Amino acid sequence: MEAIKNLLFRMADDELIYGHRMSEWTGMGPIMEEDIAYSSMAQDKIGHALANYSILEKEFQTANPDKLAFFRKENEMMNCQLVELSNHEYDFSLVRHFLFDHADFIRYEMLSTSSFAPLAQLSKKIKGELKYHVLHADTWLTRLGNATDESHVRMQSALNELWNYALGIFEPSDFEAQLIAEKIFDGEKVLQQKWIEKISPIIEKANLKIPTSSSPVYGGRKGYHTDQLQPLLTEMAEVISSEAEGTEW
Amino acid sequence: MPVTVFNKEEIHKSLVEVMDPEIPTLSVVDMGMITGVEETVTGVRVKMIPTFTACPALRVIKEMIKSKVESLGYENVEVQVDDSIIWNSDRITPNGKILLENFGLGTPQRHAGNFGLEEIAHSKCPHCGSEDTTMNSIFGSTLCRSTHFCFSCKQAFERFKPV
Repeated sequence: MEAIKNLLFRMADDELIYGHRMSEWTGMGPIMEEDIAYSSMAQDKIGHALANYSILEKEFQTANPDKLAFFRKENEMMNCQLVELSNHEYDFSLVRHFLFDHADFIRYEMLSTSSFAPLAQLSKKIKGELKYHVLHADTWLTRLGNATDESHVRMQSALNELWNYALGIFEPSDFEAQLIAEKIFDGEKVLQQKWIEKISPIIEKANLKIPTSSSPVYGGRKGYHTDQLQPLLTEMAEVISSEAEGTEW
Repeated sequence: MPVTVFNKEEIHKSLVEVMDPEIPTLSVVDMGMITGVEETVTGVRVKMIPTFTACPALRVIKEMIKSKVESLGYENVEVQVDDSIIWNSDRITPNGKILLENFGLGTPQRHAGNFGLEEIAHSKCPHCGSEDTTMNSIFGSTLCRSTHFCFSCKQAFERFKPV
């Protein structure tokens, strides 16, 4: 039970934090189509976070989704550090989107055959929606990787900067063996392997290179975060914290 | 007030008048969102599924369904999200596709779960019927739409995505 809860928290927190980061492009996109794309994907992510938190509430009697999303402390958040980093410029956001969404898509694909039925059912639904996120990322990565000298250099340097954080997505939990044995989830290691196989040819097509030296940034899954998370959590909870207990919208 | 006798067909028929708030000419029935109408010990249960996980209109739609069925005289109407069925765009009825086109949206082709970028990018123009179109973006003004342009009638249009 703790194993599934841990997995759900990792996923829900990823979606929540990343959804909020994506939403920061609303009104700020470099072109209107991208403004709309990030806003749409942000909406999906927050919906996916809600769906995962709802499973936690329904199956494991945790606090309700609002409480889980807005009233947990920084060191209780189990998102990987990749998703909490500030957006920086568009190149940085785009490469993160590419790296994260491929992992996210494959994760839900793997979970669609999970022995934990509520998650399997949800995953079948979510992976169909994430298909669009991945296509969006692939289109822009290959386009900008091959466009001008400046766009190429920007994409490569964003990839260099984000690579170790991306490897942090796959930080193993204390429950890996149990999740695998109980056929709930094939584990972070298998996920990472599938991810590398999937993204390598696309990165090559974008005329970019995967950094040769790697040292994964772990910690996020255990509640250790960069100094960029707390300001986001504070901002996210600003409205709900100003309301009296039990206020209904 | 006399208790209304359960009439599944009557309830189903009434739901044709409950419109999707984002596409107000299309009903929840034509959208393929209704998965069951059942009699319960004390009333009626309508089972439905949202189109997208993050559908912001879900609560509104549930309330609309509830009050529509209540308007027929039924009591204890429960609207339940059906976890056993996953919505996809193949569930839109043939009539629903005509209504979508009349609303000015391109329609998704049937895909039986198997489609890629080509199917996503290609849409018939809902205005002039031309196939000579291009996709501008796979996202649009709502989660279920992508944005396109028709070379034949030179009009931009949105399309209900294959999902």
